[in-house]
Amino acid sequence: MDQPGIAPQDPPPPGRLRAFAAVIAGKAITLFARIVTAPRALWTGIEPVPAQRIYYANHTSNGDFVLIWTVLPAMLRRRTRPVAALDYWLARPLRAFIGRDVFRAVLIDRRPEQRVEDPVTLMVAALDQGDSLILFPEGLRNMGEAPLLPFKSGLYHLARQRPGVDLVPVWISNLNRIMPKGEVIPLPLICTLNFGAPLHLEPDEPKETFLARAEAALLALRQTGGTP
Amino acid sequence: MTSPHLIYLLAGVAGILIVATIIGEVLRARIAPDGSNPVIENLNARIAAWWGMVVLLALAFLAGRAGVVVLFAVLSFAALREFLTLTSKARADHWALLGAFFIVLPLQYWLVAIEWYGLYSVLIPVYAFLLMPVVSALRGSPAGFLARVAESQWALMICIYCVSHVPALLSLHIPGYEGRNVILIAWLIFTVQLSDVMQYVWGKLVGRRPLAPSLSPSKTWEGLVGGVLTASAAGASLWWMTPFSLPQAAALALVVTLMGSFGGLVMSAIKRDKGIKDWGHLIAGHGGFLDRLDSVVFAAPIFFHLVRYGWSLT
Repeated sequence: MDQPGIAPQDPPPPGRLRAFAAVIAGKAITLFARIVTAPRALWTGIEPVPAQRIYYANHTSNGDFVLIWTVLPAMLRRRTRPVAALDYWLARPLRAFIGRDVFRAVLIDRRPEQRVEDPVTLMVAALDQGDSLILFPEGLRNMGEAPLLPFKSGLYHLARQRPGVDLVPVWISNLNRIMPKGEVIPLPLICTLNFGAPLHLEPDEPKETFLARAEAALLALRQTGGTP
Repeated sequence: MTSPHLIYLLAGVAGILIVATIIGEVLRARIAPDGSNPVIENLNARIAAWWGMVVLLALAFLAGRAGVVVLFAVLSFAALREFLTLTSKARADHWALLGAFFIVLPLQYWLVAIEWYGLYSVLIPVYAFLLMPVVSALRGSPAGFLARVAESQWALMICIYCVSHVPALLSLHIPGYEGRNVILIAWLIFTVQLSDVMQYVWGKLVGRRPLAPSLSPSKTWEGLVGGVLTASAAGASLWWMTPFSLPQAAALALVVTLMGSFGGLVMSAIKRDKGIKDWGHLIAGHGGFLDRLDSVVFAAPIFFHLVRYGWSLT
């Protein structure tokens, strides 16, 4: 967990071989995700078209963002970056390669006392480069019985600072049964991802009201997903 | 493994599909060239998927025993995934269910491949039936235990055991019919699937009285009777490529088409209870693998045992 020497956003040297390996690894990961879970995307509230978005989803497994990334059309996938924990993704060289080169993750430091850059600043910087983001506003993986944990405030700050970006709720169902906590081998069940209608921050909307609205929009997708 | 009869049957199916494709395209051109009629679009998607399924089956037949066993093992895997996605389960069942996917399923098909009838006919109804609940029980969590193990066992019986009786037809030893068992598979699938298609066609054309409105709004008595009779007549007319006489072929065709219809009905009841319309989404126009396999699932074991009892030496 203690990796004080790493500069989080150092871009890797853009060697051709490394870039090629990243493309191949990306294809292998999406293929593996498709074989294991046959993920099904339901675009119930929005179309999969190239527009700048923040996809925010429920977080029950480490495979969550891989699935969102997998079901996005390739054109959108190239411009979509997951927001992920630096201490996890930089812990090993292979993980660092996958996190930085394959997913181009926006790596944020979960330890407020040690971090050099503010997470929201990093995410806004990624948005300003034209990229979309995948975000899990619960912050931690949800291991309990409650369908959703209270959101952290990052989503609100992003909505306030970049009001033009669509906030798209994505409900991921079944992944907690495919890979329950503590299990190593995934159970190859079908996973459904329900993409809902986009949200924006209303003028003068207080933080608590907005976060409650974002939570409700995500929870509402749970009912309309088709499969439980 | 290839025989001229198999080529005739495949060519006949290709002919039917060509006619169906032309009808689908003409309907679209006449009624809704912009693709705005959902019934016609669904019909064309179904026909396109049929082409894919027939090509896949033909390739498996040409590849021989290994091809057929592997194809049905993969279909079992896809069906089991669809079924277990909807059953009740707890974290304590994780290892039992992993065992179903990665031990029971490959083992069953390996036993079918080596023709070990004595074990593949009891592997799931005896060994998996007794041992999977043990694996779950050892990890605790009694809430809903009986429902969990019962639904899991049902999934294994339907998706692995019953489906594996299609390739198991290759292991029957029928005097005077050596090397042609693949025709039994082709005949069974053709007859049962034609029954499904003709029930849809008859139902769409003259269907009035619903068969079981609380289970499936699209099934009608007219569709059932028309589909079963049409497909039985077609199956009987192919008696010359089977080990059966004409009346025997007609009787067996009637049995498998009826079982197939019952299969569709039972699986509809499960879908309705679980609140879904289709089992999956991977076959365009049809839904999931189980939506296409449900009739074969119910017909194959009965057909296997009737032929084994009446015609086979093993």
